[in-house]
Amino acid sequence: MSTELDIAELREWDERIKEKAGGFGLECYPQEYEICDHFQMLSYMAYSGMPSHYPHWSYGKSYEKLKTTYDHGISGLPYEMVINSCPCIAYLMRDNSLALSVLTMAHVYGHNDFFKNNFNFAQTRAEWTVSTFKLHAERIRSYVEDPSIGRNEVESVLDAAHALSLQLNRNRALRKRSPKEQISAAVERARPAKDAFQTIHKRHEEPAIDLNKFPLEPEADLLLFIRDNNRQLTDWQRDLLTVVHEEAEYFLPQIETKIMNEGWASFWHRTIMNSLELPQKLQLEFLVHHNQVVRPILGEINPYHLGLKIWDDIRRRFGETGGEAPATSEPPDFKARGKLFEVRETDRDTSFIRRFLSDELIEELGLFRYQARGKDEVVTHVANEDGYDMIRKTLIDNVGMGAVPVIKVEDADFGRNRTLYLKHYHDGRDLELDFAEKTLEHLFFLWGRPVVIETLMNNRGILLSFDEEGFDTKKHS
Amino acid sequence: MSTSDTIFRPYSSSESLRSDRSAGDRQRHREKVLESIRDNISDLIAEEAIIGQSSDRIIKIPIRSIREYRFIYGKNSPGVGAGDGNTEEGQVVGRARGQEPGPGPAGNQPGIDYYETDVTLDELINIMFEDLALPDLEQKRLRQVLSERTFKRRGYRQVGVHAHLDKKRSARARVRRKMASKRVAVERSDGRFPFHQDDLKYRHRVPDMKPSSNAVVICIMDTSGSMDTMKKYLARSFFFLLHRFVCTRYQNVDLVFIAHHTQAREVTEEEFFHKGESGGTMISSGYNKALEVIRDRYHPDHWNIYAFHCSDGDNFESDNEATLRAADQLCEVCNLFGYGEIKPYTLHYESSLIEVFENIEAPNYQAVMIKRKEDVWPSFRALLRRERLPETTTTDTSA
Repeated sequence: MSTELDIAELREWDERIKEKAGGFGLECYPQEYEICDHFQMLSYMAYSGMPSHYPHWSYGKSYEKLKTTYDHGISGLPYEMVINSCPCIAYLMRDNSLALSVLTMAHVYGHNDFFKNNFNFAQTRAEWTVSTFKLHAERIRSYVEDPSIGRNEVESVLDAAHALSLQLNRNRALRKRSPKEQISAAVERARPAKDAFQTIHKRHEEPAIDLNKFPLEPEADLLLFIRDNNRQLTDWQRDLLTVVHEEAEYFLPQIETKIMNEGWASFWHRTIMNSLELPQKLQLEFLVHHNQVVRPILGEINPYHLGLKIWDDIRRRFGETGGEAPATSEPPDFKARGKLFEVRETDRDTSFIRRFLSDELIEELGLFRYQARGKDEVVTHVANEDGYDMIRKTLIDNVGMGAVPVIKVEDADFGRNRTLYLKHYHDGRDLELDFAEKTLEHLFFLWGRPVVIETLMNNRGILLSFDEEGFDTKKHS
Repeated sequence: MSTSDTIFRPYSSSESLRSDRSAGDRQRHREKVLESIRDNISDLIAEEAIIGQSSDRIIKIPIRSIREYRFIYGKNSPGVGAGDGNTEEGQVVGRARGQEPGPGPAGNQPGIDYYETDVTLDELINIMFEDLALPDLEQKRLRQVLSERTFKRRGYRQVGVHAHLDKKRSARARVRRKMASKRVAVERSDGRFPFHQDDLKYRHRVPDMKPSSNAVVICIMDTSGSMDTMKKYLARSFFFLLHRFVCTRYQNVDLVFIAHHTQAREVTEEEFFHKGESGGTMISSGYNKALEVIRDRYHPDHWNIYAFHCSDGDNFESDNEATLRAADQLCEVCNLFGYGEIKPYTLHYESSLIEVFENIEAPNYQAVMIKRKEDVWPSFRALLRRERLPETTTTDTSA
């Protein structure tokens, strides 16, 4: 541990890595490294790598948790911490060995390229990331320091907003319709289908449509909806909701591409490291670390492992070897590279798995599907003819935002008393009731009027509500 | 590929440049954790482990971490895992949620995150007792008990720690020296007249003992045969809290321990907490012993007297009258007479002293009922918070 990183040496390695990465066709933001000790690293991790971030106790909690696991040696610190910004900022730990630092740098260039080119990240405005987060922090600090607001008030709004921050529109490529367009779409939907024989048929009755219903179309951006439609909120409360929403939106692409992104970075760090002709000592150490990172974890999904396997498979299938597995120590050939770069641009985890996790790969990885039965989790499907589709589907449901229930605002004036009526779009998975109760309480706090959510529990319709009297459940047909 | 140079920001070994940015949030989180300990304290002290332990013992309290709630999927949500190739259908791969943490794909399961916090028994007790006090403590003559140990200022010194520097006085001393030296001193070339060591004045502080009133706490416990292990345990828990409370909050309060069955005797702390006896129950004996001790050693004019009695209330019928009389006398001489009745079972009727004591009209009598381990702490609080809650006269915490 006595080794301290020599910046001149790192710079030399960086030049070589950058040259290789460029040679393979990676296209990156300018790179920036900060050398830090492990306390700083833990801090950066607690705040998602952001150099500046608004204060909230949950970050203190995640620091404590990280530190506990680190102190107990349960987890080593990750080799990389890199944020989607331009220039791309990454952190190197001063206690790490040279081989580990070089590996980290190669890995970071993979992420950097992914951030810059994957379509999910197109709207994150990477060049403004650091300053946006800093601005958010300054605004929130100013509310905390304002004697008429104070820490506790800010904290309770942030607590509630954090609980709902992932209830947002997940497909940002689809434009939200304006109120006018929503009205014409509703009229269009209500109109009967075109009838070729309308002259001889009895005329259809004009269907009644309620254009006063609000919102006309279900609304997924919960925080924004509350911000815009709860008139009781003060400006600073609205601003807090905006900040939390914007941060969630910023992190959304990273949630949606975890497997692809980690796989991509692992794929390229291996390729780059192998092409650097490392001295033997470094090469061996690199192999040890590499294998630690991309090893399968029994009973779980290691995104580094799964991602790398799929990228390798794409390279094999679309490369010049014609289905033969190429040597992983060689850089991918021209043909394979074309496909790899195309996929890294156009996919997210769900589509990546659907398109490229083949039956053979499921078999090779020994994936299985499990479900709770009584007190145990029991394997329901294994990698065979009957299981492939189910395994793939379940995996798709669990990656990225698939793990977050889809909940939308259906009616903001339910029962004509401004009750907020939400609907959970049930896909076979029930909500966790404890969590739903506490989250509804947060929602009630922000909305200021009763809130109701419609969902299924054990195949039966149920309404969960929260109002002045507290939590309640009711049957719903 | 970008051609711009990669930037390396070197590590700065200077402490001042590496701010501990998470300190504030950690502090707030810690506060929330302590709040949750406070909320669950009756559960914690119902745990047998802490009763009768030495105070510097570190207790590891598993704390369910302060949860951040979101809408998440529940138990029937399936998952995918990687196997070793030999996985078979129907094989159990983990425990379902709510049982034990089992394997699951990241981000899907809420996980039960517990972590342990080290708290010393003293810290815990400080949290517990922070808003409690011996009620109605009166000024008595011949005060001995020192309740507070603080400092007060006394004069100024030429030396001291920087925090105690008196800036105004130091500045004044400098001006004085400047005036005095005007005629003799050669002016410095830059015209400045800096502070000299002799100018600096430090506030001097001396320890300050605040005498408060004398107080004695008399613990009376029923050790008769009807007090079985469970009842004794509850009684001892109660007295343990009382003992710790008095020792923590007051520097010099006398404690008297009296154990009784048909006869009463004064015992040591050790005996009181660790010895069992048997026999019938004559509660009046305990009270008379207490009165005797008060007569001999603690004159009510000089002492604040607190008497607490724990019993299952299963007294000899014939003794009730004598008991009531003795209780009345105790109320007269004591600042507070507290009675805790321990009734862990309500299956069959047992005679209850609470009913007998209903005739006591003295405002400084208070009774609580203890049925379960969980009641010990609330009853204890109820007794000692009387001053703050004057409307509660009899608190039955079992309700």
